[in-house]
Amino acid sequence: MSVSTRRLQKELTDIQKQGTPVGIKLLNADDFQTWHLSLEVLGDTVYQGEVFALKFRFDSSYPISSPAVQFVVDDTWKAPVHPHVYSNGHICASILGNEWSPVLSVISVCVTLQSMLASCKKKELPPGNDRYVKNAPENPKKTRFEYHDDNV
Amino acid sequence: MSSNDEYSDEDIEYYDEDEDMEDIDDVGSASEMELDPLNDLNDPTRPQRKIFEVEYESLSQNDVEKLMRADIEYISSIFGVEMDTASLMLRWINWNKEKLIEKYMDNANAVLMASGITQADKAPERAHAGRSPSSSAHQSSIGPRRSSRRIAPEPPKSGKTKILERLTPPIEDGKFICPICFDDTQTETLNMTCFHKFCKSCWHAYVESKVRTEAESWISCMAEDCSLVAPDYFIEGVLKEDKATWDRFQELLVRHFVGAMPNLKYCPYPSCTYTVSCPVSVSKTSLSSTVPIVTCGASAAHKFCFGCHVDSDHRPVICAVAKMWLQKCRDDSETANWIKSNTKECSKCQSTIEKNGGCNHMTCKKCKYEFCWVCMGPWSEHGTSWYNCNRYDEKASVDARDAQSRSRASLERYLHYYNRWANHEQSKKLSVELYAKTEKKMEEMQITSELSWIEVQFMKKAVDEVIKCRTTLMWTYGMAYYLERGNEKELFEDNQRDLERAVEELSELIESPIDPEVIKTLRQKVTDKTVYVQKRNEIVLEDTAKGFMDRRWKWNVPVEGYD
Repeated sequence: MSVSTRRLQKELTDIQKQGTPVGIKLLNADDFQTWHLSLEVLGDTVYQGEVFALKFRFDSSYPISSPAVQFVVDDTWKAPVHPHVYSNGHICASILGNEWSPVLSVISVCVTLQSMLASCKKKELPPGNDRYVKNAPENPKKTRFEYHDDNV
Repeated sequence: MSSNDEYSDEDIEYYDEDEDMEDIDDVGSASEMELDPLNDLNDPTRPQRKIFEVEYESLSQNDVEKLMRADIEYISSIFGVEMDTASLMLRWINWNKEKLIEKYMDNANAVLMASGITQADKAPERAHAGRSPSSSAHQSSIGPRRSSRRIAPEPPKSGKTKILERLTPPIEDGKFICPICFDDTQTETLNMTCFHKFCKSCWHAYVESKVRTEAESWISCMAEDCSLVAPDYFIEGVLKEDKATWDRFQELLVRHFVGAMPNLKYCPYPSCTYTVSCPVSVSKTSLSSTVPIVTCGASAAHKFCFGCHVDSDHRPVICAVAKMWLQKCRDDSETANWIKSNTKECSKCQSTIEKNGGCNHMTCKKCKYEFCWVCMGPWSEHGTSWYNCNRYDEKASVDARDAQSRSRASLERYLHYYNRWANHEQSKKLSVELYAKTEKKMEEMQITSELSWIEVQFMKKAVDEVIKCRTTLMWTYGMAYYLERGNEKELFEDNQRDLERAVEELSELIESPIDPEVIKTLRQKVTDKTVYVQKRNEIVLEDTAKGFMDRRWKWNVPVEGYD
């Protein structure tokens, strides 16, 4: 069994056994390539009442290399309007890029993104959203983000 | 051994080394000695260094590692720290020993933290290893710890690691489970002094991906927000069963070291691991008087310029001029040719004009000057013979054309040098192609006739020499373009012409048809000519190099290092 499969198997067992943190739900994890989770920001935030879906894609070198994570944008789901989330669902977060560490997990990524949304005060698209969305690669891991804002 | 030849290959080499001075009559074998480029290039300690060669030393990866180790030992003994600690500090400061000593004396803790040896938010008793340099506990804490059962102290807590702890309890039923792969069958674990423990195979996968895909030798701990950097000893432990990656890691260290040293350069040829040390060519001043063409110890073909990336061998021209010339060729050649054949300049303001239709009555868009396209004279003097110019010899027209030709002369001058440069480059390529054909023919002849292998080798040597000389010739045209007119330039061009003529003659000989009946005479002719060409080439190289050293060359443009 490959490391990525075993690791994801373990993460899945943990989720099934211990449950997920509040506001995070596993939508589907039918294989070890793609998972979907739903994300809700609880409490008094600008995203009150909104639910988002996250898509995780893993390659065989997970968790040494980071998963490709993005918000689902389709007929059912919308991406949150947030200065670090492009309207096509791509997320600019350092832990998905150069600050990724193999000790992070699907759930810890969700928790980080949840707190990223929770601390947002104003719904705004990232600067240059249209330009990025027009030329963005299908896989957000192929984008080199510059992480300039540590506050949100 | 063939009956036609009394020497085997090895005999000749031996013979050459010992007796070439006495035996002048035997041109054939003497030339073979002189033409063997390996004799010249593979022995950097050869006593008679030619004036157009620089002093340099080729270093194997091993040699460079020794230099690195000497620096590490030096720092290690001054600071009283372990070798691996000294190594990390040196790598952090880009191998600048003086700066490191200064910074370390100023604030040792800051240096230790910045170079990933200790952590900022660590309990003092755990960081003592790096902080009290003479501590004997140092070695044990910097090395890989193999603690399969031992419960490690909790890692330092930061905001984010709390999440991690919740999700990944490292110990279950007293058994260690790696927080990365969750494989509880792993028995071997490793951690650095930060006590972030992971199983060996995860460490391996991580280090391998850093070294192999990112070419990174600065490898920090896998734990999030941990700034500790893996010392060599730790990497070696991780890669104990993966020699290829460990070798690559060491190569990366050497490359980092070489990159930081101005007197060292890594051989630019693919997958070559040699380094060349050329201390005399570090300064800009030396590059204005010498052309540091060096060859690494791996192969005589690994020739490169220590001073620039313009070309692998641009002798006799110094880097600055070679660079200028190539830039000019790149920018100008095609454009210049087109301008020359399709345009004329306005007789008044010298703007370049393309006539794309209409009559001969031209009005310059820029200065509104009106002139005739055919005779270039002013339109006002055309009187009634409009649109049909027969005024070619009138004074005004001649004057206008003179002005035009002056402005065009510089273009012509450039094209003169460029065309010869390009011609030699083209011929060089053709020689290689021709040789491929010749070689085939030679091989056939070897099978069908009595000729031995050694007897058909003279062609290769001749072609090699032709290529070498054409390279020299190419660059002499680049140089001559920038040389100020005068006696010096004339002498330079005399040498150039002699070499050029000799090379063309040799080229022609090489192209003559090969038949078994004439091969003996042809061989003699080619060999003699090759010796002569080689001499002419050395004369050009030597005289030009001397000129640079005596500052004899005068330039018609400002040249770096010649103020």
